[in-house]
Amino acid sequence: MKPTSEQELSELIAKATAPFHIKGGGTRLSGLATGNTLDTSGLTGITLYEPGALTLVAQAGTHITEIESALAAENQRLAFEPADLRDVLGTQGESTLGGVAASNASGPRRISAGACRDFMLGVRFVDGLGGIVKNGGRVMKNVTGYDLVKLMSGAHGTLGVLSEVSMKVLPNVEMQLCLRLEGLDPAGAVAAMSAALGSPFEVSGAAQDADGIVLLRLEGFEASVRYRAAQLTDVLANFGNVQTEDDQDMCTKIWRDIRDAHRFKDTQGDLWRISVKPSDAPSILEALSPSQAQLDWGGGLIWLAVPKGTDVRAKMTVTGHATLMRASSDTMQTLVRFHPEPTPIAKISADLRARFDPKGLFNSGLMGGLS
Amino acid sequence: MDMPSPSKMVLSRKAELVSRLLQVLPTDAVIEDEMETRAYECDALTAYKCPPLLAVLPRSTEEVSAVLRICHEMDVPVVPRGSGTSLAGGALPTADCVILGVARMNDVIETDYANRVIRVQTGRTNLSVSGAVEEDGFFYAPDPSSQLACAIAGNIAMNSGGAHCLKYGVTTNNLMGVTMVMMDGEIVEIGGAHLDSNGLDLLGVICGSEGQLGVVTEATLRILHKPEGARPVLVGFDSNEVAGACVSDIIKAGVLPVAIEFMDRRVIEVVENYAQAGYPLCEALLIIEVEGSELEIDAQLALIREIAERHNPVEFREARDGDEASRIWLGRKSAFGAMGQINDYMCLDGTIPVSSLPMVLRRINELSDEFGLDVGNVFHAGDGNMHPLILFDANKEGDLELCEAMGAEILKLCVEAGGCLTGEHGVGIEKRDLMHVQYAPADLDAQMAVKDVFDPKWLLNPAKVFPLDASDSRRALQVAAE
Repeated sequence: MKPTSEQELSELIAKATAPFHIKGGGTRLSGLATGNTLDTSGLTGITLYEPGALTLVAQAGTHITEIESALAAENQRLAFEPADLRDVLGTQGESTLGGVAASNASGPRRISAGACRDFMLGVRFVDGLGGIVKNGGRVMKNVTGYDLVKLMSGAHGTLGVLSEVSMKVLPNVEMQLCLRLEGLDPAGAVAAMSAALGSPFEVSGAAQDADGIVLLRLEGFEASVRYRAAQLTDVLANFGNVQTEDDQDMCTKIWRDIRDAHRFKDTQGDLWRISVKPSDAPSILEALSPSQAQLDWGGGLIWLAVPKGTDVRAKMTVTGHATLMRASSDTMQTLVRFHPEPTPIAKISADLRARFDPKGLFNSGLMGGLS
Repeated sequence: MDMPSPSKMVLSRKAELVSRLLQVLPTDAVIEDEMETRAYECDALTAYKCPPLLAVLPRSTEEVSAVLRICHEMDVPVVPRGSGTSLAGGALPTADCVILGVARMNDVIETDYANRVIRVQTGRTNLSVSGAVEEDGFFYAPDPSSQLACAIAGNIAMNSGGAHCLKYGVTTNNLMGVTMVMMDGEIVEIGGAHLDSNGLDLLGVICGSEGQLGVVTEATLRILHKPEGARPVLVGFDSNEVAGACVSDIIKAGVLPVAIEFMDRRVIEVVENYAQAGYPLCEALLIIEVEGSELEIDAQLALIREIAERHNPVEFREARDGDEASRIWLGRKSAFGAMGQINDYMCLDGTIPVSSLPMVLRRINELSDEFGLDVGNVFHAGDGNMHPLILFDANKEGDLELCEAMGAEILKLCVEAGGCLTGEHGVGIEKRDLMHVQYAPADLDAQMAVKDVFDPKWLLNPAKVFPLDASDSRRALQVAAE
């Protein structure tokens, strides 16, 4: 089923009696589809774009590439840099705004600019009874009523099907530089990244790639970027020899690869994505000794490949959450994709789903400890 | 202001309630004397007052939990209170409620520079969060004007902003985790020092829910290293339209100032009389502040000057030293006080798309003529968060009502322009009945469904946020249960 308007979407849901598998571009969740496919890629088009107000509104099925080209024409961008996970997950299709919003997909700039959720200004969605709901709007400061925009971000469609999303966008930058530090173990890498992120020099990316190289990104006007690069080189002197990557295309590629976890494209075993307090990352790596690992978000985001069926969560002794991104269906069945929540939180989440989707139509097998 | 009539059953059980509360709280934490409860009869929206049945001042999450459990069992409404600085009546009591003040819970629990977070009890004031990390060069970014007094609890309830949120975002963008007590006394942990949720983003909906979903007792907040320096410029224009266009051009050019503040002629005149900041007497004035090293500041200001000069400013004044910088900020910082000197005022808080600024300012001036009430505009222009100040005389019969009617018209105008009723103050009781202007019944139902889940008896901060006619049936269920 592929509605082409919000109204059609609403009528379809109002009449439905059997569960849906909601799909935007189908690029972000692999290997989980129960129910009739409800394809939102027919809801397309940028409905409003005001560069001077840093605002863009588009239908949920609009391709991210279309939005990114419209923004590029005005020298603007989606600052939270949503990942393109097609290569690493082995998915095809075109990523949509609705899919990005519903999965709160945020890249390396999460630590400075914010997450996708922080750039979502408003949503329109259809609830489980077919009711059309709007929340938020298209202005940057809005505390009028409850923030259902945040609730819809990262809900993976379980509370409603997004039909339209308003985004805050930001100007593009004049240039970027990438600083590199080699030879650090995870503890040293996290310490170096913490020193950089705890400085006044506005680091917009802090990662340790799969080869162990620490990467720090600086962006802005050229004079400022060069000044900050020099200052940071001093700050990091104790951690080793800081090299500067100046080539703009190379910098773009480095951060795109980190963003897309590209190095895990052909790795064996299961692929996990873990969010923890940065200083907890080294102990997790030590406990799991993964075949391959990448740190992003200054250490707060770990991508790791482990042998098939490894229960990563059982070995996490710290607060945080682990998502199973890619695995055989056996592992998906036994370990479930989303981190199970503590009882009181799980109950609140289940109650919210029952309120917003009383017929249990939306991605019924997803989240809530089920998958 | 319509408020539901107090529950006779609750009023009649005051003695029992006090005795049960005294079993879980020390004597000095329960305030029942009518003279003393009067201290909690209003917040910073002083036009409305109502002493609560009781006030309690717990010192720990466990005490908050014990209080809520008792109130839940006895069906007693609870109004959470931070420092009582809400401009929207967010902490206005009902006659049958217990005020739950978190003011005594003001400890710093942990500062963690390596992970750039601080964990505090939520009674701590906004400014003292920065105060706790200042010596080490860090700060907490959201900076509402009331930051000396306002508590983090209230900041979370209202999702507070401030002058510097153009660059750093508002509370929700800087809040990473909370300990919250549910109305039935259950203590829940949401989020923490790690980023983002793996399930539903409950933290996102709790922030800004005006104390209606739970009582947040502890919070993990993001802290940042202070910039090396900051410097403001002052730019005067001979029309609001041109000033608005300049704001838009600066933003488009890729400069991201930490603040762009706007004052219109009325405010400039009043401020000059009051504080003698040396402002040019022009139609519109912008204060733009940028941050960084000296070199970075110079570069950004050069670009801003270039853009401003395309709009023929009547004045472009760059602060050459700290003293001049303070003088530029002096007028802006004394604006509310200066307006308060000439009369009582009502401060509105609608947000509009930046592109609609000239049109909205023109309409506000027309409304001022229609209603015969003076209005000054001073606000955060970079994000379109307006703060029209309507002047009225509280001692003059009918003036408050006239002012409220004019305020309602201005807020409707903001919504028509594509904006919203409130950008950073919250709905409270003040804008409760205007929610219909912005939201259709289905939109309000969806929000109230969240309330149903967190607080099924609708006991927390009753009669706020949602128009009474919209929430009637839900609140009636609670009354029926009596």
